[in-house]
Amino acid sequence: MHIEIDEIAKTFGRTAALQPVSLSIPSGALVALLGPSGSGKTTLLRILGGLEFPESGRVLFDGHDATGLTVQERRAGFVFQNYALFRHMTVFENIAYGLKARPRALRPEKEEIARRVTKLLELIRLPEIGGRYPAQLSGGQRQRVALARALAIEPRMLLLDEPFGALDAKVRKELRHGLREIHDTTGLTTIFVTHDQEEAMELADLVVVMSMGRIEQVGRPADLRARPASAFVREFLTA
Amino acid sequence: MFDAAHLAPPRPARRFRAATEEPAALRRGLIGLVFVLLAVLLFAPLVTVFGEALSQGAGAALTALAEPEAHAAIRLTLLVTALSVPLTAVFGLAAGWAIARFDFPGKAVLITLIDLPFSVSPVVAGLCLVLLFGANTTLGDWLVGQGMPVVFALPGIVLATVFVTFPFVAREILPVMVEQGRAEEEAALTLGASGWRMFFTVTLPNIRWALLYGVLLATARAMGEFGAVAVVSGKIRGVTATVPIAIEMLYNEYLTVAAFSLAALLASLALVTLALKTALEWRHADALSANRRA
Ligand SMILES: Nc1ncnc2c1ncn2[C@@H]1O[C@H](COP(=O)(O)OP(=O)(O)OP(=O)(O)O)[C@@H](O)[C@H]1O
Ligand SMILES: [Mg+2]
Repeated sequence: MHIEIDEIAKTFGRTAALQPVSLSIPSGALVALLGPSGSGKTTLLRILGGLEFPESGRVLFDGHDATGLTVQERRAGFVFQNYALFRHMTVFENIAYGLKARPRALRPEKEEIARRVTKLLELIRLPEIGGRYPAQLSGGQRQRVALARALAIEPRMLLLDEPFGALDAKVRKELRHGLREIHDTTGLTTIFVTHDQEEAMELADLVVVMSMGRIEQVGRPADLRARPASAFVREFLTA
Repeated sequence: MFDAAHLAPPRPARRFRAATEEPAALRRGLIGLVFVLLAVLLFAPLVTVFGEALSQGAGAALTALAEPEAHAAIRLTLLVTALSVPLTAVFGLAAGWAIARFDFPGKAVLITLIDLPFSVSPVVAGLCLVLLFGANTTLGDWLVGQGMPVVFALPGIVLATVFVTFPFVAREILPVMVEQGRAEEEAALTLGASGWRMFFTVTLPNIRWALLYGVLLATARAMGEFGAVAVVSGKIRGVTATVPIAIEMLYNEYLTVAAFSLAALLASLALVTLALKTALEWRHADALSANRRA
């Protein structure tokens, strides 16, 4: 799905989390929102997901105004920073949650839900863990379960807030490839937040560099390296 | 060959005392004092209550409980508890939710207000209800005209009980809700759940033990409340006398066995809640403490 962000602004009290920002994300792209702490990455992602609403500006999905759509109507697969798995539910129940929450007419049969959950567990390469609780999983496993849970609702896009933030270096590398693979097999427009420039450059088709609520530059990794638009971008990419 | 030095007994290591560690004698003294106090203040009265109740045999005690007046008091107390505890739970949930999830002007005031019933004397609370709803006020007049008297009737007793028990639920769930944050709830919403579905499948299960704990505390208090209820109920024998009030009236009339039988019943109910509460603390300590790790 093609996402258009048109002059979005957001303030919290007196801090301007987002100066008016505009951004066009082509359908099927894997995009990194890159920037230092407090630059407004999470705020932008949450506005796309419908968890936060902008003071001004519009969001367009495939050319249709989506600014007023509720979280539920957005159908965005959201992976939270600490995964936010439901701690009182098993992995299976976590992944099935979105399907069971559908209105009756659209809700799959019980067997169909089970079949889909099993398939998603295979997709994230953890076919055996359906019966476990989140507390019994490693950090990397939790991240993949969160991804599967987001994918279960057949989302229109994937939004991930620092999906690799809480993991050690080795697991990070593995899961990067995992995300790339899942992006390529599903073809979903995917936006992930990171403050690790290496991660953004290696993984993303398109990198959006942010600073202090502004978008500094948007471009393919190679272009950003070759032609940084500002001293900030150059310094941030070499850091 | 053995070296004699190796066989020498090791020197006793010098014992260092932690800064917070008290001398053993003081420690034992303090612990002993606590036990003595507990024995005098809690255990002895409890034994006396049961002793007095059973002083003329279990039969006499049971007969006293079967008296119409005692019966009416027990029924009233159960009814008041059954009505006020759910109200307390709902108000507590609403307050806990509002404070934990939203920022709004006057939040600090609301947090203070929750604790108000802890610091205001129940008698004062009861008097306030009488002043507000009493027969000589416009509101009270109107309510009596509608056939819905509040003071000296069930609604007043329930209101007074809700006032007194209100903080228990709110206080228990507030820290748990704050600690758990919004993330799981937001996840439910992004997965398509409605607000109600989110509440029943995510919010409520996460706070269920804290909620139950608060409800238990509120129940114990609701059954035992005397001061506020004494003022609003008017102590009408067999009509608005709850168990604690009936106990007082019987005792004042030197009906010792009857008074103590009711008191023993109330104490037993309190002991049951205490046991349930302890079991809950024991089994779900992690879910009750606000510092639980994810
Ligand atoms: N709920 C909120 N209330 C008040 N201020 C907020 C809130 N959320 C974000 N902000 C402020 O908005 C600005 C942008 O925050 P945001 O979370 O989007 O940054 P970020 O780029 O995701 O940073 P990080 O890398 O640390 O996660 C910050 O100054 C932050 O303090
Ligand atoms: Mg962030």
